[in-house]
This record gives sequence, C-alpha cells and structure tokens, in this order.
Amino acid sequence: MNEIIEEIIIEEGSEIIRVENLRRHFKVGDETVKALRGVSFTIRKGEFVTIMGTSGSGKSTLLNILGCLDTPTSGEYILDGLSVQSMSRNRRAVTRNRKIGFVFQNYNLLPKTTALENVELPLLYNPEVTAKERRERAVKALEAVGLQERIYHKSNQMSGGQQQRVAIARALVNDPVIILADEATGNLDTRTSFSILTLFQELHDRGSTIIFVTHNPELADYSSRNIVLRDGKIITDTINPSPLSAKEAFEALPKDTD
Amino acid sequence: MNLINLLKIAFKALSNNKLRCFLTMLGIIIGVASVITMLAIGQGSKNSIRDQISEMGSNMIMIFPGNMQRGGVRQSSDNMETLKVEDYKALSTVPGVAAVSPSVQSSGQLVNGNNNYPSSVYGINSDYLDIRKLKVKDGSMFTDHDVKAAAKVCILGKTVVDNLFPDGTDPVGRVIRFGKIPMTVIGVLESKGTNSMGMDQDDIVLAPYTTVMKRILAIDHIQGIFASAVNEDDTEATISRITEVLRSNHKITEGSENDFQIRSQQELSEMMNSTSDMMTILLACIAGISLLVGGIGIMNIMYVSVTERTREIGLRMAIGARGIDILSQFLIEAVIISVTGGIVGIILGCLATWLVTAIAQWPVDIRMYSVGVSFLVCTITGIFFGWYPARKASNLDPIEAIRYE
Repeated sequence: MNEIIEEIIIEEGSEIIRVENLRRHFKVGDETVKALRGVSFTIRKGEFVTIMGTSGSGKSTLLNILGCLDTPTSGEYILDGLSVQSMSRNRRAVTRNRKIGFVFQNYNLLPKTTALENVELPLLYNPEVTAKERRERAVKALEAVGLQERIYHKSNQMSGGQQQRVAIARALVNDPVIILADEATGNLDTRTSFSILTLFQELHDRGSTIIFVTHNPELADYSSRNIVLRDGKIITDTINPSPLSAKEAFEALPKDTD
Repeated sequence: MNLINLLKIAFKALSNNKLRCFLTMLGIIIGVASVITMLAIGQGSKNSIRDQISEMGSNMIMIFPGNMQRGGVRQSSDNMETLKVEDYKALSTVPGVAAVSPSVQSSGQLVNGNNNYPSSVYGINSDYLDIRKLKVKDGSMFTDHDVKAAAKVCILGKTVVDNLFPDGTDPVGRVIRFGKIPMTVIGVLESKGTNSMGMDQDDIVLAPYTTVMKRILAIDHIQGIFASAVNEDDTEATISRITEVLRSNHKITEGSENDFQIRSQQELSEMMNSTSDMMTILLACIAGISLLVGGIGIMNIMYVSVTERTREIGLRMAIGARGIDILSQFLIEAVIISVTGGIVGIILGCLATWLVTAIAQWPVDIRMYSVGVSFLVCTITGIFFGWYPARKASNLDPIEAIRYE
C-alpha cells in the first residue's frame, strides 16, 4: 500500500509546498492562542488538496501562511524552493504576485470595473509584463473560465457565479505555482457551487495545483487529497485515488424547477 | 510597479468616484483661484502706486532753502536767500546726479488778447523736463542760449493753453503777456493729468530761470533746485553727496544746522509701498487659509476613502501590491486631485482677475511667480495631506483588510 502511494506522488511531480512543524501563536491580551501546533505536509505539483476543519481549527491561519500573507512563529515553509519565513514584507508581496493565485469567498472584485480590468490587476503589479502582454494573458484567462463573452462586463453587472469565475481568472492570470481557494463556493447556491467546482477540476486536469480550504466535508470527495485539521493539528491526511466528477454531479442536479 | 501603471490605477479609482472627487477638488480650486486673484489685485495696486510716483519722478531730489535763525528770529524758508545759482552749478558735477535744474517761481496773470488766466511761471533750465518727466509736444524746448540771454520765451501746459486759447488756435509762435512782460510761446507740454495728490500737473508755464530771475522777480538767489539721481536706488547716496557739497559751499561749520533742506520721493514711495505690501500680505493670508482648508478637505476625503476601500486595499496586497505600491497609489490620487484642482484654479483665478478689471476697473497684474507658487503649493498640499491617509493604507494588514466588513 505504501509503495503505491509513493509511486503516485512521484508520478505527480515536483514539490511545490513543504511545511515542517509549523506553529503559529497569537498573543491575545495575556493569553497565547496556539492556532497551529506543529503542522507538517508536502504538496506536489498537480495535486488538488482540500483542507478542512471546523472554525477554530486553524485552517484560516494555515491558509494565510501558505498564501504568504502571514509568517509562522516557528517551523519552516518552503514554497517552490523559496524559504518564506525569512522573507521581508515586500519580498512576500512579490512572491504572492508571481507564485500564488487567490480565490476568496466573497470574490473581492473591484467595483465598477470590467472583468478584463479585474483580471489584469495582478499583472499591473508586475513591471516585467507589458500592457499588450497583460491584455492577452487576461483575455486568455477569461477564456479559460468560460467568460470570453463577458470581458467588458462590469463586476456589479454579473451574477455571483460569474463574479467567482472572474476571480478565478484573476488567480490564473499570473500563471501561479499554486491556487489558494478560501471557501470559494461558500457564497454560492448548490448549482453554481458545482459549476465552480467543475471549473476547479478542469484546471486541475490541465495541470494546476490547487489548495481548497473549506468547512464543507462533501467537497473532499471531489479532490485528490484531503487534509483535516483540528485544534491546530492535522488529524487525517488521506489520498483520494478516485475523486468524483463535479461535472457529473452538476448534471445530475435538477434543473431550475422554480 | 511602474509609474504608468500607478497612474492608471489612480485614475481608475478616481473616475469611480467622480462627484466626490470634484467636490474635493473644489476646495483646492477656490483656494488657488483666490490666491491668484488676490495677489493680482495686490500687485496691481502696487504697480499703480509705483507708476504714480514715478510719474512725479521717482528719483527726483528737491532742495529748498532751510529755516534759519537770523538774530534769534526764526525765518520762514520762503524768505531765505541761501541758494544761489553757483550752488546749482556746483551740483551738476556731483557724481550720481543725472540732471539738475534751478527753480524760481512767480505767480501772476497770463493774458492773451481777451483771455486771461492766473498761473505760475517756473524759471528752470532744459534739464527740468527730464527731472519731472515732462515732454514738449508741439514746438521745442528753449536752448542754453535762451537761458544765457534771458530770452522772453515760454512753454505752456495744457490747462494754460485751454484757458488762453479756447478757440483752439495753435499757441506756438504767439506772444502772450505775463503781467507786463510779453513772452513768445515756443512750445506746448504733453498732458500729464492730475497727480496722485489731485494736483493739476498741466497748469504750468516754463521759462528760462534767468528770465524769471532778472525780468520778472529781479532777484539774484534761486528758490530751489531740482535734481535727479542716476537711478532710484542711488538716491540716498546722492542726497548725502549733495548735502556735503552744499555745506562746504555755504561754509557751514561742523555741528551747525543746514541752511537748506533736501527732500526726495523715496519716503513717500516707501510708505505707499509698505501700505500696499501689507494689503497684499493680508489678501495672500486669506487666500492661503482657503488653500489650507482645501488641503484638509483632501486629507479628510482620502481618509474616508482609505477606510471605505479597506477590502480593496487588502485584495491588492493579497495579489501582490507592496506597501509602497499602495502608498504611491493613494498619494498619486491625492496629487491628481490637488494638481487638477490647481490647474482649474489657475484658469478660474485668471478669469476672476479679468472680471475684476472688466467690472470694477481695478488695476491688476498676474505675476508668473504667483501662478507658479500656487501651483507648487497645491501640489505640496496634495502630497502633504495625502501622505497620512496613504501611509495608513499601506500599513494595513492584508489579512485583516481583506476580511474587513
């Protein structure tokens, strides 16, 4: 059994994320809250990992650290060969810009701004990308999420599902080594959730590495690996050799009967 | 992050909030426009005062006989005979003196046929025209030869001409009488109008000083000397040199009072300048305060904007904006508001200045420096008042900012 797992991992490719004995403590008044108490795992290229846990389990803290928004109190975090915990604030910003794509629960699109401009945004903070290239890449990312018809629609003229697709396109546009989704389907109805999940699976099939943080246990069935946190510790870390197809689930759902 | 991208982001953010942006700008617009208008009015009134003074001859030096005691009785300076023709001649060689003319004056009735008019005849030499900034319009000035010969010639001011020749005949070449003495009119002065004290500067008759001294007054002293310094700044030094020369000519011992007095336009011009300077400063202060209020308006709005856009800032940071990028964005937004407001304010200020001249007929003068300074001030205002909110934005914690409700 162990051999089989190892083989799968080797097949799936090189190491993207390695965390070792990650700890994160917060000082709240006189008390020290231990949000993470020694978390270790490795994520390789091409994995679709769901991280689960109830609120207070430390999954948000873990996501913040994985997203280079926060640094651990102790332990090591290697992202794509770079040691993150020794980085300065600015260096982490640049790392986020080049290596990470974020998808948030509430989309966080700029208001009164077109889909195209929203998707171009991360590239605006990358001086190496020319205006022409920026546009081309943004259009390509929007095509990848199926919004080629809506590139000039403003964010407030779109449905929640469409807005989340724009947000996913924005996460793709910088060609990140990892996409971090924080409850990305949390604000959506079941149908739209499954269509977004289908999109994630498609991206995964095309080679993207995805970490999907959620408290919804159903979603574990659609990912290739599931990590469960409780009280700042990993309690299970299981490989799912045959994930369900979100597309099939989507099609099985009753159409708008209302 | 290059500048073009930054400008793009800032413009986009501003265009999402056009009305608020305009209202913020209004503070700066009014501030700059009022600075420009106020300074233009201040400068304009200063100019008109200066022009009036230089019309009188801003570098003019006047020397009159001084009060003096004669046997313990103080005498009126009119009765003094301390200034002589030699004094005037000595002064013409004093360095710093550009022109010098003696002055004697006699009042009396001028007669031309049926018309007569009371006026004063000033006995002077040809330098007098330069000193008083007078010009001969028709005919010519009398010559040095006329002075030597005490020729019976004269030059009339416009008011005198109007009264003696009401039918409009050309006075040049005609003979008029001053008292009993016939004099040939050889020229007419260009009109200067009234001076700032309301005196008619055209009510004047000029004749060679020798003619007035010998033929009219029969005196051998002169009543005053008019001189001009080479330039206005040199007036003070020239006055002290003149004083020295006159004291030594008059053999006045050390410690004794002068038997003459010297006056210049300097004091008058300084006094009037300081009055108008004070007015300019006052106006500029009021305008400056409105610019400050405009700046505080910017700070206020930027501050609200930072709070309101906390989520946006968090997102920008999450996708890779560094602190400096956020700082620059907000700073550029503030500067765009203030600079655009500044430009509109300058245009509006020029317009308002034009209206002031057109409607109230006040003299105005827009100086390049006032435009430059107000533009600079509003840019600095933008940076200064934009800095604090921008800094606050750039110091936000992205984790908290992105979850801000």
